[in-house]
Amino acid sequence: MPSSASVPLVKLRKGDHGVILTLPKQAELRSQCIRLGICVAAQVRCSQRLPGGTIIIEIGRQEIAIGKALAGEIEVNVE
Amino acid sequence: MNNLTPDEITEILPHRGHRHHGTGAAAFLEQGKTRLVLVGNPNVGKSMFFNYLTGLYVDVSNFPGTTVEVSHGDHPKYAVYDTPGIYGVSSFNDEERVARDIILEGDLILNVVDAVHLERDLFLTLQLIDMGKKMIVCLNMMDEAKSRGLAINVQELSARLGVPVLPTTAIHKTGFDRMEEQLAQACVGNSESSLHRRLHELLNRVGSQAEALMVLEGDSIIAERHGVPPGDEREQIYVERRNRVNRLLDKVVTATEQKHSISATLGRYATSPWLGFPFLAVILYALYLFVGTFIAGDVVDLTEGTIGNRMFEPWVKDHVAAWTATDIVVEKVGEDAAGEEITLATRTFNFPEGTDANPALLQQMDSFRDGGTNNLRYNFSSPWAVIFFGEFGAFSMTVTYLLFLLLPLVLGFYLSLSLLEDSGYLPRLATFVDRALTMLGLNGRAIIPLILGFGCVTMATITTRLLGTDREKRIATTILQFAIPCSAQLAVIAALLATAGTGATLVYVAVILTVFITIGTVLDKTLPGTSSPLLLDLPPMRLPRARNVLQKTWVKTLAFMKEATPWFFIGALAVSILQVTGLLQQWVDILAPITTGWLKLPAEASQAFVMGLVRRDFGAAGLYEMALTPMQVVVALTTITLFVPCIASLMVMLKERGTREGLVIWIGSWILAFGVGGLVALVVI
Ligand SMILES: Nc1nc2c(ncn2[C@@H]2O[C@H](COP(=O)(O)OP(=O)(O)O)[C@@H](O)[C@H]2O)c(=O)[nH]1
Ligand SMILES: [Mg+2]
Repeated sequence: MPSSASVPLVKLRKGDHGVILTLPKQAELRSQCIRLGICVAAQVRCSQRLPGGTIIIEIGRQEIAIGKALAGEIEVNVE
Repeated sequence: MNNLTPDEITEILPHRGHRHHGTGAAAFLEQGKTRLVLVGNPNVGKSMFFNYLTGLYVDVSNFPGTTVEVSHGDHPKYAVYDTPGIYGVSSFNDEERVARDIILEGDLILNVVDAVHLERDLFLTLQLIDMGKKMIVCLNMMDEAKSRGLAINVQELSARLGVPVLPTTAIHKTGFDRMEEQLAQACVGNSESSLHRRLHELLNRVGSQAEALMVLEGDSIIAERHGVPPGDEREQIYVERRNRVNRLLDKVVTATEQKHSISATLGRYATSPWLGFPFLAVILYALYLFVGTFIAGDVVDLTEGTIGNRMFEPWVKDHVAAWTATDIVVEKVGEDAAGEEITLATRTFNFPEGTDANPALLQQMDSFRDGGTNNLRYNFSSPWAVIFFGEFGAFSMTVTYLLFLLLPLVLGFYLSLSLLEDSGYLPRLATFVDRALTMLGLNGRAIIPLILGFGCVTMATITTRLLGTDREKRIATTILQFAIPCSAQLAVIAALLATAGTGATLVYVAVILTVFITIGTVLDKTLPGTSSPLLLDLPPMRLPRARNVLQKTWVKTLAFMKEATPWFFIGALAVSILQVTGLLQQWVDILAPITTGWLKLPAEASQAFVMGLVRRDFGAAGLYEMALTPMQVVVALTTITLFVPCIASLMVMLKERGTREGLVIWIGSWILAFGVGGLVALVVI
């Protein structure tokens, strides 16, 4: 089994761990992500995914809900 | 103003900002006393600190040039300001702009942080420190931190930040006794050294370190204020700050075993793909019981039905009738065997010079009324009396409507909303419905105005402000104005459908849902630009605190009533003028042929539609008296639901969305209501 693969955040399954590789392109969205702790090299865990692609991730002890469009723009390295 | 993309808006805002915010903040904040500003992320307990510091007398007002409410109160030593919850100081939205301006003008910052979510909260703390403001940090929610097995080295945190840190548990007031002592020791913290150097160069040009930081972080409004170009280092500074937060956390927080608490489990259920549905169903049912049955039924029956219609309005009209020409129609009512209200007898009394001039007739009238239950109708002759005290009068109907119908409903809705918010369910609900709303060009957050729409469309239209982009505001407003029946109307619709049967109900619900989904989908496909995606931090689920919930409910209700009341009066005035000039009747006559020919309804139904302009429930109520077949009920209710909303919500929409867009939506709903109503008639009648 390959040890890691780069996929968009939206592809994570419940329970998957990953490390963030890239942030969305739009500057303001990117800044908002960084404020919430979504930044390059951050460790994330997918704690829930809803049908349709809305995803909930955990960074540290913080849970964050991310819509499908945005989650599609964030690349993570799945472990 | 309304066709702009967010980027264009940011381009224009500097000018607006310069006028409103720049001078606004300074003028808004009280001079003289030390200005203490509470700053923190949403839901960290700021309001509890605010309540503790200020006591009972609190002033809530809109920040100049914005729709953001700011609470202001007095402490013996400080003038205290509660700012909106923010994740960072910048100008991404109105809340941030307001918080930023108050922070810039403040003398002393009390930064409340959630000990459980330091990852998130310390970003703002470090930004405040980088701004060079005198401050203290209150490390709140220590009880929750403890129960989650988090140990925080407060001394270390304080040493590294360079400002006093006070651990607190606001709900038990733990640590509050030391707050004043700590505030007295507030100081400027340790900002990052490299940043410090860069700030220094700008300092000479903009005057304060705080403003220099804002400029460096690319805040175009502040840059414009000082006539310097905005910096382009925001992202670099943010990333560095984020890394500082992470390093800090490594040093001060130790997590022992992570217990799975009930709140965490509930939180997971609320957003689970399967359990989320029953969870939502239970909450909706509870909401329906509380707002739909208790408030809209029992409470409003008492306040509107008894106090408003039988006591307040007759009392007002009785005083007016004393000196002006009027007919008084007395309807004696009783109950039949089934407990339904029925008319026992009706008689008209004529007072051409007012009731004072004819005590004998008044005597007769009183003996006819005979102490039982009566409905009184005053037909004033003078147009002035009609405008101010008549059927739709500003001092008769409007007061009843506002105080005895709307106020209980708005209180009920805001109470429910505050409970959902403080329990932490609301953001989870937004997450749960996000996907469905994305199809309508909205994101999960739009669930808030949509829910409120079932209470009062006017209130919901105001709440669309919390949506991220102009595009979303436009879609949400349109859906609200077209397809969401407000609670006043819902009660009447439900009663009519109950008599029309299950088949009719299903057709009606199917039609309205189809229109609802079609409007959203079509707007999403045709409007330029893109809507903002969901990005929401989920606070833990917790038991809401009564005092906090009540205070929130009260503040929101008061703010709404203050804002909406003038529009209800203006709306009533406009309709009364249409009534006395005969234009209202002309409108009814114009609509009559369409009503009979196209909608296949009796001609009087057009009267009901026009009445819907005044109050949406009047429209539906007018249908009661007509003998309609079940399918005619469907057509009439479809038309009335989609038909233009009440005049107050039109006024508020014009204000929120601008005259052009507001009128397009308004006229659109005429066309849609009669178009869809007619199509339904073609199929079912
Ligand atoms: N367990 C616990 N809950 C708290 C504490 N402080 C505030 N809360 C709760 O957190 C929620 C948000 O508080 P509020 O003052 O409205 O936060 P604000 O949004 O920052 O003004 C409320 O339900 C409070 O009851 C605390 O120290 N411990
Ligand atoms: Mg608050």
